[in-house]
Amino acid sequence: MGKVPQMTATPAEKTTHGEAWNGFRGGLWRDAIDVRDFVQQNYTPYEGDGSFLAGPTERTTAVWERLLAMFPTEIERGVHDVDVTTPSRIDAFGPGYVDGDARDHKDLIVGLQTDAPLKRAIMPNGGWRMVEGALAAYGYEADPEVREIYTHLRKTHNDGVFDAYTPEIRACRSSGIITGLPDAYGRGRIIGDYRRVALYGVDRLIAAKRADKEKFNAEWPSEDVIRAREEISEQIKALGELKDMAMSYGYDISGPATTGREAVQWLYFAYLAAVKEQNGAAMSIGRIDNFLDIYLQRDIESGLITEEQAQEYIDDFVIKLRIVRFLRTPEYNELYSGDPTWVTWSMAGIGTDGRPLVSRTTFRALQTLYNLGPAPEPNLTVFWSRELPRGFKDFASQVAIDTSAIQFESDELMRPKYGDDTAIACCVSAMAVGKQMQFFGARVNVAKALLYAINGGRDEKSGKVVVEGFEPVEGDYLDYDTVAERYDAMLGWLAKTYVHALNVIHYMHDKYAYERIEMALHDQEILRTMACGIAGLSVAADSLSAIKHAKVKVIRDETGLAVDYEIEGDYPAYGNNDDRADHFARQIVHDFMEKVRRHPTYRNAVHTQSVLTITSNVVYGKKTGNTPDGRRAGTPFAPGANPMNGRDEHGYIASALSVAKLPYDDAEDGISLTNTITPDALGRTPEERIGNLSGVLDGFMASDGFHMNVNVLDKATLEDAMEHPENYPQLTIRVSGYAVNFVRLTREQQLDVINRTFHGSL
Amino acid sequence: MSVLLTRNLCANEAATPAAAATHRPTEGSVHSWDLSTGVDGPGTRFVTFLSGCPLTCLYCHNPDTWRMRNGKRTPADTVVAEAAKYTRFIEAAGGGATISGGEPLLQPVFAGELLNRFKHELGLHTALDTSGFLGARATDALLRDVDLVLLDIKSWDRDTYQKVTGRPLRPTLDFAHRLADLGKNVWVRFVLVPGLTDDPANIEGVAAFAGSLGNVSRVDVLPFHKLGEAKWQALGKPFTLHDTPSPTREQVAAAKAIFSGHGLQAV
Repeated sequence: MGKVPQMTATPAEKTTHGEAWNGFRGGLWRDAIDVRDFVQQNYTPYEGDGSFLAGPTERTTAVWERLLAMFPTEIERGVHDVDVTTPSRIDAFGPGYVDGDARDHKDLIVGLQTDAPLKRAIMPNGGWRMVEGALAAYGYEADPEVREIYTHLRKTHNDGVFDAYTPEIRACRSSGIITGLPDAYGRGRIIGDYRRVALYGVDRLIAAKRADKEKFNAEWPSEDVIRAREEISEQIKALGELKDMAMSYGYDISGPATTGREAVQWLYFAYLAAVKEQNGAAMSIGRIDNFLDIYLQRDIESGLITEEQAQEYIDDFVIKLRIVRFLRTPEYNELYSGDPTWVTWSMAGIGTDGRPLVSRTTFRALQTLYNLGPAPEPNLTVFWSRELPRGFKDFASQVAIDTSAIQFESDELMRPKYGDDTAIACCVSAMAVGKQMQFFGARVNVAKALLYAINGGRDEKSGKVVVEGFEPVEGDYLDYDTVAERYDAMLGWLAKTYVHALNVIHYMHDKYAYERIEMALHDQEILRTMACGIAGLSVAADSLSAIKHAKVKVIRDETGLAVDYEIEGDYPAYGNNDDRADHFARQIVHDFMEKVRRHPTYRNAVHTQSVLTITSNVVYGKKTGNTPDGRRAGTPFAPGANPMNGRDEHGYIASALSVAKLPYDDAEDGISLTNTITPDALGRTPEERIGNLSGVLDGFMASDGFHMNVNVLDKATLEDAMEHPENYPQLTIRVSGYAVNFVRLTREQQLDVINRTFHGSL
Repeated sequence: MSVLLTRNLCANEAATPAAAATHRPTEGSVHSWDLSTGVDGPGTRFVTFLSGCPLTCLYCHNPDTWRMRNGKRTPADTVVAEAAKYTRFIEAAGGGATISGGEPLLQPVFAGELLNRFKHELGLHTALDTSGFLGARATDALLRDVDLVLLDIKSWDRDTYQKVTGRPLRPTLDFAHRLADLGKNVWVRFVLVPGLTDDPANIEGVAAFAGSLGNVSRVDVLPFHKLGEAKWQALGKPFTLHDTPSPTREQVAAAKAIFSGHGLQAV
């Protein structure tokens, strides 16, 4: 089970960068670990269009087709294969190749999570029960020896969390008012600065970490100091394991990468180490295209490689990112369906000096969607700004229209807060690369909280008292002021319970499932955020609007539990750019954030929240009874910050502008909007559609919109794909914050996507 | 369930065409408003659908806009305030405001006020979507506030025009000539309905006419579709094109080719 880490002790001053840094400008980044400075000093902004791009090579197509042939079995069985005996770690498993073996293979960029493509590893540090559950679900038996280790010898994150949860938190978990907590799986949403390995080589990074650790020698060992020393030691060990893993593929990455191909390879090894060590909910890769472009550009200029080769490295790298796999339980898949890994790749935006953060490699990354066909991973994320060059804007819009596989987020909102070396973890969570991480907190159900407010803390489905000390609202009709007051109190209770749970979770995650390699690729001093989140926003906002603007009659069962509502009259709904309704949504976001901020966090993390559901809107809806907006029990919520299906009656732009009113300052972890538009609703010719989509994105961002998923699809296509999945192996559709392979969704989720408002033109 | 600001609420019995033209210029009968991209003129547009239409096109996809009294009496202020919510968006996205219907020139004073205020108060590019049948009602002042006219020429053959719309063709052609004289930018729109408007001679007639005007910058060949059929059923009106298919890709391409043959940009 893995090797003993070798501690290679090469002092920083002896690290030879030799030819590696030939021709590179600037100095700050030479003296300290500072990738942003390196990129800024050396990247070549590209303001042209996509006409220079190369198609796939025969080799690329052959490798991808080999994998394509494996996907149907994987989809059918749920997994392609699992290694049940080897708990994963950075240096576990021998080398693996997509096509061939160490001596003869077609991979240009090498490295797999296990010794074979699509074979999944177990990662029991997060929790043994989850491993065993997942294995059972796919027809595998756990290895008795491994079980013995993780049930008796080695405590897991999941065990730790449940040792410290309160009964109240457990009750919230089972009623579904708080769902998706990373208490049984890796929290993810940490982006290692994988570029550091390519720029500096591992030895230099180890030396820097050692220097960091030495600073603590003189400090009195408070808990913080002891923890820092232990964490840095773990980081250094992980860096050693990273070198060993690369060496098993025949690469010595102790020094910097010297060519474009090596830069891609070094960076990928670093990322691979992370996904071998952590089954994180989102394992994002950061902002890497301009960094890689510097190397590729140098090679192209010196005649070492052609455009076709540069594209081929990126294509092969992306193939590797597309086959990152984790072993997860069916319950997890119900929440976040389609086997997502959120290898989010952030690109574009404008630098603080005004230059576009777009290079030829930014284009090459998007080009992979043509060369390999559409796919949900990596989660290609464009930081949109009106100031981006026309050529890039239109290429990105074209790719979105053709593939429905990329998402757009507002560079203008993020840059002032995080700077210009920012990347998205998961879907909409921005962080300065290598300088910031988050404690992922999933989300609470603010629609259900409204029902708890009405029912005085009793669950509307089970009838059980989940929250003590609240009185139910009385009377046949709901009085707005009374409900608003009770709701405010209930959200206060929810915020407190929620932050309490998150503190426990992240304490235990640091203790039992620390992200050694990812944190090794961060600065020592970092900003931590406590990323709370809400689901059911549109249901809650519309319910309040109904109570305020119409008359809502309460139907109670024989125990006095409010189980249904009758609406007399009409009410304005969120999603029509109508302040009478939209202000409720804005208010809920603002108020809940305020309440969350009142509670101190583990490691003094800064409180943030997201309005994002991913695909959990279906499960949240299932767990929530009838609501005062007229929604029936069990009906899915709208995803993310989207208005409820069919209530946005003035088209997707009016709907988007309602969402754009949500205050980003109170939702710094992101606000997700998904639009599905028929091609006709963007214009009559391909050129017109591209220009119009660029315009819509300009307009949305100019209106302070944060995020837009764009699907350009016909409903009929999706319906046909449900009936004939075999014809649509690569059909990709964006859901809240990520993209999925449509045919990998459950039938329920497919129907949810199809029933969601399609914005077309009549 | 939710209240639409302007749609399908109270009807005003006094709203006859004559009354709308002369009475209370700051109010009009509005069916609805919408934001659309790429379908009602260039870019993203705030589209106001006015109620009432003198035509009864067999393929109409908005028969619910035919009767003025089915619209909602709405002050111009209300419509302008609604549009104002989108000026920031439209300014960044590119686009403008379109007055459509129904037939907007059935309420020329109201339409004129909206166009004037969209253009001068909100600074938006303006478009008028019309059949041209009531073109004579558009004053020169109204047309000065229009940047683009979307002119539906539904047929060249006079009998077909009468059959499709229930009205004569002549006024539309007169209006087209007037727009040409004014040098007004025009997009011609032609709905291609198999078996009804697709006779090559008919298309040729429209194309030759449009090509001769000199101010037509584009022709939209719109394939007939039946998405509005449910609205006919809801209104209890027989939809006579139930069995008519949408044109094929090839039929659409052939129609476009005829327009291109007259030096027009057909899309």
